[in-house]
Amino acid sequence: MLRYILIRLLSAVPVLFLVVLITFTLVHSAPGGPFDAERAVTPQVLESLEKHYNLDAPAPKQFIDYVVNLLQGDFGPSFKYSSRSVSELITTGMKATMELGIYALLFAMLLGIISGITAGLRANSLQDYIPMSAAMIGICLPSFVMGPLLVLLFAINLEWLPVAGWGSSAGDKILPSITLGAAYAAYIARLTRSGMLEVMSQDYIRTAKAKGLPQYRIVIFHALRGALAPVISFAGPAAAGLLSGSFVVETIYQIPGLGRFYLQAAFNRDYTMILGTTIFFAFLIITFNILADILLAWVNPKLRQSLSGKR
Amino acid sequence: MGHSMKHPVTIILLSFVLAVSAACSKNKQTNVEFGNENGVLFLANGTEPQGLDPHLTTGVPESNIVESLMEGLTSLHHDSVKPRPAAAESWTVSEDGKRYVFKLRENGKWSNGEPITAQDFVYSWKRALSPQLGNHYAYMLYHVENAEAYHKEEIADFNQVGVNALDQFHLEVKLNHPTFFFLQLVSHHSFYPVHPATIETHGGMDNRLSKWTLPGSFVGNGPFKLKSWEVNKEISVEKNPHYWDAEKVQLNGIHFFPIEGESAEERAFRGGQVHATYTMPVEKISVYKEKHPELLNIYPIYGSYFYLINTTRPPFDDKRVRKALAYAIDREMIVKRVTKGDQLPSYSLAPPNADGFAPEQLFDYDLEKARQLLAEAGYPNGEGFPAFEILFNTHDGHRKVAIAIQQMLKQNLNIDVSLLNQEWKVFINTTNNLDYSVARMGWIGDFADATNFFELMITGVGNNRTGWGKPEYDELMQQVNETNVRSEREALFAQMNAMLADEMPVIPIYTYTQKQAIQQNVKNWHSNVLIRPDYKSVILEHGN
Repeated sequence: MLRYILIRLLSAVPVLFLVVLITFTLVHSAPGGPFDAERAVTPQVLESLEKHYNLDAPAPKQFIDYVVNLLQGDFGPSFKYSSRSVSELITTGMKATMELGIYALLFAMLLGIISGITAGLRANSLQDYIPMSAAMIGICLPSFVMGPLLVLLFAINLEWLPVAGWGSSAGDKILPSITLGAAYAAYIARLTRSGMLEVMSQDYIRTAKAKGLPQYRIVIFHALRGALAPVISFAGPAAAGLLSGSFVVETIYQIPGLGRFYLQAAFNRDYTMILGTTIFFAFLIITFNILADILLAWVNPKLRQSLSGKR
Repeated sequence: MGHSMKHPVTIILLSFVLAVSAACSKNKQTNVEFGNENGVLFLANGTEPQGLDPHLTTGVPESNIVESLMEGLTSLHHDSVKPRPAAAESWTVSEDGKRYVFKLRENGKWSNGEPITAQDFVYSWKRALSPQLGNHYAYMLYHVENAEAYHKEEIADFNQVGVNALDQFHLEVKLNHPTFFFLQLVSHHSFYPVHPATIETHGGMDNRLSKWTLPGSFVGNGPFKLKSWEVNKEISVEKNPHYWDAEKVQLNGIHFFPIEGESAEERAFRGGQVHATYTMPVEKISVYKEKHPELLNIYPIYGSYFYLINTTRPPFDDKRVRKALAYAIDREMIVKRVTKGDQLPSYSLAPPNADGFAPEQLFDYDLEKARQLLAEAGYPNGEGFPAFEILFNTHDGHRKVAIAIQQMLKQNLNIDVSLLNQEWKVFINTTNNLDYSVARMGWIGDFADATNFFELMITGVGNNRTGWGKPEYDELMQQVNETNVRSEREALFAQMNAMLADEMPVIPIYTYTQKQAIQQNVKNWHSNVLIRPDYKSVILEHGN
């Protein structure tokens, strides 16, 4: 098991390196530079700017310099936000993005698992159809539609919750978390339902039933562990997706997160910022996938045994 | 009912509703309500500012904040944009219009209480022109004697540049030529003073990455001072007690929110989060016009929306073709049916200016003439005219205008046009390289003078993306710079306007308007052609 974790961790290093290389190449080969604007920059200004940001060096040297700095934890200065460094911006943005991601994931898990179990236990009844139809809508409705709809209903018409903001007034974290988590809740609900259906027909469940155990004990202590395996393997990518895909929600609700920077950086050709955020997100995605795999091995005895068997 | 309570989903949903209502049960005050009571203005401000350094920033969101924190020798009136005394209490101009002496206020202070001196201005302009700083707006100072040579490193001694402290409170400025709009120019942030000691403790005047603009370090000379700056969340400023005119400043503070997305800020406005939006979604304008005209603020600004023509590429190298296109566009229809924001149809590159100069309209929507010109160029009824692309930067509004023009050209001239959109930076790159036929462009003046627009068409300058150029035109521009007499300047502008109408390297479409939603109790708002803020005049009337 340890060996497995170690291998997974080591294999992340070349992946990250490739991410840096590919992003660097793509960013630098995109037409239009960081200092292009409708107001043409004079050659003197352009020259001093390029010198400032090491853009006058040949591309391979720029890359090596960047990687060397990166290994020392220096993501460089942002081209656009001259008074801030990329690390500073990532640290600031990360807090809100992480918090939003965690709330959204909790919401998605809670709602998804509970409605999935209900639906799975009463398959082909109303209690199955209603949550599953809702889930279908949740999957289909993109956040840029759901967000404004929720705002219109809960913030503007009912005036229950703030229109936007993050941590500046009570309850302003509720709508963003729901908007972001909804699609994931829907996926999780469907995954849980099918997992539940499969597990409930297994022999050991029938045995449990025959022993006369109450329904809730069967579900919680016997069925759930097996039924949730697909959910857990989905949780890794979901967590990564929640964190890196939050820019729409961040924009709708004016959340000072990393997603907004990521998008803006690409439009601004803010090279260091694009690289910095990409590396950071790549790191998160890899980490969450590894975590999910470990968790999966832990809940699935068969998988655990096959991994240990290699030893 | 009792049965359904057992279902976990119902329980979860109910507890969620409970949590929500618990969170909302407090009788919360909106930002606007709080602001009205406490004299604090809440503004949507587009996007996170790239910075607050007056010598580095270029955008409107940045300038909107900087204007509250700093001021130049002059500032512009919130309505008429006429220059009035600011950091300078008075000035004298030599007869030839080339030498200014500004008398600074003896009670002028930095936000840390230190006096503002003429030497501070000399230091600041030196910094603005410093070749290593990379100030995009350094060219604004080129009117000052030897400023251009210093910035281009042709001379190294700043003493040769025409700015000089005569004593603590007298600043002498020598210009290359009588610059008619110089008093307007010094109100622009590229001429603002910065606090030398603060700049020096943060890495010196060349340091682009300086952190002097962060809260705690920022020193300014404006009516407000920087209080907090949370990236992508909020920037707040509060009244500066050291400001020379602090008594007149009505507001106690301003909060700027970087709200990206027109719909998001409109929702924020409706939800009472901001007193005014930064802009307004087109589809909301008609709704507001009908239901809340009192909240809608629309006015023309000093900006032009036009089409560039690549005059180096056949058949657009023939001015008859360019004119045929220009005559075949129905601008009235575009502003009424397509853009729908009260834009003004435009027939000149330069919009009418606040100073009273309005370029004469020298052509019109004239199909007969358009067809005739096209026939003369060898394309009767559009036959044989090569299909071409209209290029625009990706934006729904630009697409709609392009579609309208595409249809007009097909119907009116039987010319086939296709549309091509590119992401902004790619678009700029393409137009810079003259790799297009016809492309959309916009331009907003930095100060209210027609030179802003006419200088775009000088041969070979970076902003002239048409490949067009005429020595006679450049000569006229030169003459404009040499004179300070209003009537002479206007006569020269009229000649340039006529030349552009005859050559048509760009096709004017409309004059931009500023569109925003604003609470009615915000008085003395700067609805001026330059959208130049003047927060010290703003009054927030109490009540609803």
